[in-house]
Amino acid sequence: MTNLSVDAIAQVEQPLPGAPNNWKRFFSFSTDHKVIGIQYLVTSFFFFLVGGILAMIIRGELITPEADLLDRAVYNAMFTMHGTIMLFLWTFPSLVGLSNYLVPLMIGAKDMAFPRLNAAAFWMVPVFGVILMASFLVPGGPSQSGWWAYPPVSLQNPTGNLINGQVLWILAVAISGVSSIMGAVNFVTTIARMRAPGMTWFRMPVFVWTVFAAQIIQLFGLPALTAGAVMLLLDLTVGTSFFDPARGGDPVLFQHFFWFYSHPAVYVIILPIFGIFSEIFPVYARKPLFGYKVVAISSLIITGLSGIVWVHHMFASGTPGWMRMVFMATTMLISVPTGIKVFAWVATIWGGKLRLNTPMLFALGGLVMFVFAGVTGIMLASVPFDIHVNNTYFVVGHFHYVIYGAVVMGMYAALYHWFPKMTGRMYSEGLGKLHFVLTLIGTNLNFFPMHPLGLQGMPRRVASYDPEFAFWNVVASLGAFLLGMSTLPFILNMIGSWVQGEAAPKNPWRAIGLEWLVSSPPTVENFEELPIVVAEPYGYGKSDPLVANPDRLEVVHESH
Amino acid sequence: MSSMSKQTILTLGIVAIGLAFISLWMGQQAYSWFPPQASAEAVLVDQLFSFLVALGTFIFLGVVGTLTYSVLFQQAGKYDFSDGPHIEGNVTLEIVWTAIPFVLVIWIAAYSYQIYDQMSILGPMEHVHRGMTTAEATPLMKPAAPLFDQKPVEHIDVYARQWAWEFHYPQPAITSTELHLPNRQRIQLALHSEDVLHGFFVPAFRVKQDIIPGQVIEFEFTPIREGRYRLRDSQYSGTYFAAMQTDVVVESPEAYQQWLTTTATQPPVIAYNRAFDEYQRAHNPISTGWKIVEPASPPIVNYPSSSVSNP
Repeated sequence: MTNLSVDAIAQVEQPLPGAPNNWKRFFSFSTDHKVIGIQYLVTSFFFFLVGGILAMIIRGELITPEADLLDRAVYNAMFTMHGTIMLFLWTFPSLVGLSNYLVPLMIGAKDMAFPRLNAAAFWMVPVFGVILMASFLVPGGPSQSGWWAYPPVSLQNPTGNLINGQVLWILAVAISGVSSIMGAVNFVTTIARMRAPGMTWFRMPVFVWTVFAAQIIQLFGLPALTAGAVMLLLDLTVGTSFFDPARGGDPVLFQHFFWFYSHPAVYVIILPIFGIFSEIFPVYARKPLFGYKVVAISSLIITGLSGIVWVHHMFASGTPGWMRMVFMATTMLISVPTGIKVFAWVATIWGGKLRLNTPMLFALGGLVMFVFAGVTGIMLASVPFDIHVNNTYFVVGHFHYVIYGAVVMGMYAALYHWFPKMTGRMYSEGLGKLHFVLTLIGTNLNFFPMHPLGLQGMPRRVASYDPEFAFWNVVASLGAFLLGMSTLPFILNMIGSWVQGEAAPKNPWRAIGLEWLVSSPPTVENFEELPIVVAEPYGYGKSDPLVANPDRLEVVHESH
Repeated sequence: MSSMSKQTILTLGIVAIGLAFISLWMGQQAYSWFPPQASAEAVLVDQLFSFLVALGTFIFLGVVGTLTYSVLFQQAGKYDFSDGPHIEGNVTLEIVWTAIPFVLVIWIAAYSYQIYDQMSILGPMEHVHRGMTTAEATPLMKPAAPLFDQKPVEHIDVYARQWAWEFHYPQPAITSTELHLPNRQRIQLALHSEDVLHGFFVPAFRVKQDIIPGQVIEFEFTPIREGRYRLRDSQYSGTYFAAMQTDVVVESPEAYQQWLTTTATQPPVIAYNRAFDEYQRAHNPISTGWKIVEPASPPIVNYPSSSVSNP
């Protein structure tokens, strides 16, 4: 697809960021998608550490049955903030950051469609991050109603103040929503309109497909959450009664608004990770992605199905039997396109020539834990079983296998894989492998015990529990502390390698993809001349060129 | 993949049979991961879970086994920089691995539907809606024979509030903070909440239902095993959520009648309440002083549970 507006946009709307090779650009309102991508990644990783410290405090409380480390109110604030920070300040922004960095490079564009909107969306992240953190300082402490903020608990305002933790929480979530919608508009437009000549839909890398599918979810889902949040804010501040049963409101209605977005949100999170798996396995197995087109289309099928499964979070809520049955069926259907992807990755790896570099190790570990989470996910979709484990630690175990086992592991895989491209330096394999081993052991030690606990009937969100649950809780807590430690070799590796790592060539992994045809790191404009794409994205095992003009993509400079 | 030798098919067959045995064994183990089966519903749920564990084990080990084989035996040599074979896909294989999960999913959904229908925890489902589920599409579905066609014999009102459980029995009209139930009789609870969402959850019964303020939800099950079990609030209800627990006592119908009769003679007393007690304790060493919702006064009932069962 040739596209006149590409040139037009490049000329008119892309201000050249100043000081292109200076660290100061990372603290500026830069419009370079690569700078913004790294800004997102570094900021969100900071909040990942904050959320992780809260998690370790939670596990510190739970290492003994009694509520003896924290005041119960503080414990409740801890898990509320842990969930909120991990979702809105780590998972979403880190994936947006990675997508920001990669999508324009992968489709052969010079930047995102709306570079200033892109920068504005990023700078909202520190803003609502500060608002959320500030809620620790208001009288009464931060929100204690959980990241799901179900009324009536979220409407109880014991301090009586207008500015309270809950109000700040809603404000932060709302700004996060606006930022995400701005990002989504940008991604969908960029992918639809900014592809390089010859980059047809079925020549796009699967990562781009998954970002596209994920950002469409943001567009249709976030308005529901935002509407729910606005009504909640009105109930809380000016005394409307949308959700307050004491005044004729319906608390279950909020749950529908909330999950109509917040369930699809997990696909916003997991889809780009599927994309990362789809990029990494072919590179390190030296084989094409098995069934590329089917894998690409499955992403869109998942997007469609993700919009009609939300009630599976409400099987034990005020829902009638027939509704539970319908949503059980739709939920289980999601496993079909997901299964297609898993089998495709296994078939990609099978018979390949594997190289177990750090990215490959993380991707393999992430895949195995995702399959485990998929199995428990199908179990949870089954209403009679879910009735027993709903709101128990079984659910916590399941989604942490998804969100840490698959998403964080996948994210690490991506960070190592594209680190040379982003920084122009090679990372240390030794530290990377140490990081992998610690993460793998820590994740399983931390989250596996939650499954037996849930089956035994330990509710989630509790500050204290019956002594019969002590054993598995001690194991989980030790795992959590190990997981906290596991970030140290990663941080050391990233900072150390960025400062004094070996210089990276254009394509250290012999990977196929437009981003690997330009220098590491790419120049401000990415491509001097737009690539003319002539092949499908995973040509491993044959030596056809990917683009017609590989030598004219960049100005000849101090080339390697 | 298209031309598989007899040897390969044989090997795959043996591996699959081995996996199937391991999976069935895991399915049997699954029963031991639960609390005691104290209700008829628990028997059904455990059966379903055992089936899901067996199926899940097969899939998990199948995928992980294949990956493990690749990782162990298909690594590139140190100086081997060649690519693997250029295989873009295989239509037959892709159809198979789309169709099999699809069929499995319908099977699981139909089986789950059947179990849920038998449990009838919200009373019999309105079967007019049945056509909307995938269940009817399968020959597996016989009109489910309800396990418990007996009408609910014991009707008890359950009141949840921040953070106490209170139970009202109709005949004789008594109250308690510990739930007593007759064994092997269909129980119908009317679930009331006076403030926020709560959840009625007895792990030994495998049943759970959120309690919604402003609604009364009729909830049914059948205890089948005498004993003392835990009842926990399962839907987050604020500061003392974790402390909102009490005991369920399942006893023979005779013992239950005896308990009702004796309790009816007891004057109401103030029950011990964990949340109220903690809140009133002046010397909480880890308190931050954040203003929180005040716990309701302890229930005044004919039969208070001992503070031992509410530590």
